[in-house]
Amino acid sequence: MDIGWYLAVSALIFTIGAGGVLTRRSPLVILLCLELMLNAANLALIAFSRMHGNADGQIFAIIVMVVAACEVTIGLGIIVAMHRRRLPIDVDEMRELQG
Amino acid sequence: MGEVLFFVAGIGAVAGAIGVVAVRNPFYSVLALVSHLVCLAALFLLLRAEFVAAAQVVVYAGAVMVLYVFVVAYIGGQDEPLGPRAGRGLKLVSAVFGGLLFVELCVATLGSGLQLIDSNGTPVPDDFGSAQGIGRLLLTTYLLPFEVASFLLLIAAVGAVVLARRRGGMSSAEDQARYTAMDLLRPAYTGTMAEGVGGRRRLPAAAAAAAPAAPAAPAAPAAPAEDA
Repeated sequence: MDIGWYLAVSALIFTIGAGGVLTRRSPLVILLCLELMLNAANLALIAFSRMHGNADGQIFAIIVMVVAACEVTIGLGIIVAMHRRRLPIDVDEMRELQG
Repeated sequence: MGEVLFFVAGIGAVAGAIGVVAVRNPFYSVLALVSHLVCLAALFLLLRAEFVAAAQVVVYAGAVMVLYVFVVAYIGGQDEPLGPRAGRGLKLVSAVFGGLLFVELCVATLGSGLQLIDSNGTPVPDDFGSAQGIGRLLLTTYLLPFEVASFLLLIAAVGAVVLARRRGGMSSAEDQARYTAMDLLRPAYTGTMAEGVGGRRRLPAAAAAAAPAAPAAPAAPAAPAEDA
């Protein structure tokens, strides 16, 4: 299969994730859409790694997965803290950083 | 055979991505993301990235998604209306933006003029993408990013505990009549599970002493107070 097809799938998944970040209001779903975008970037990295026959891109993808896991942990912690303080789970309501 | 697998996995991945965005219940969004990740792991396998595919299934679809399911169950995955306040304009703008982004990404990747893009890729050695090859790279060439990644994971774990702990607490320090070794070792309100399920243990004598002084005491220690 041509490498270009993988890149097209990657671009499509990234676009869907970006559209989800723009349209959805629940921070949980926004985190999920961020996962989609990171995974699309991973697919492009691995496709380019296969294209050059060089495994360095796969190391890059693994590091991206580590960073994504950290981001999910912190994001879910923030959502749990919002729920504990009886704040609405809605990014449109959360306009202020203070308190 | 490779083409058939690619189209099955690719269509599955794109359908899973659409499911994440379009489904209204966050719980079903998480399930759609799990199917998307499994299809993406199949694509990684077709690209000879065996170790990354295994890590994708085990770490992402296994561990991270369980974390998501727990949080959705904790905050109660209420159905979210798909933007009655946002209106039609924002959706149109985001659709236009998405289309432009897709075109730009295709131009940036497919139109890059790389000659190998229309091929199956260069021939690779046998241990390309295996655990052996990845491990050798991680512990020789990329040792510093590997260590930095472990430190980053530690920071994220500590940050999650600090963010999600219970603030304020449920019982004051005077209510505690008996200290265990763990209570002395750790400071108060560190967000342990014992605090989460309703405070530390209280002796009946302390509860009886606290009951007349505080009429607004919680309902749980009422039974020991009767015994006293």
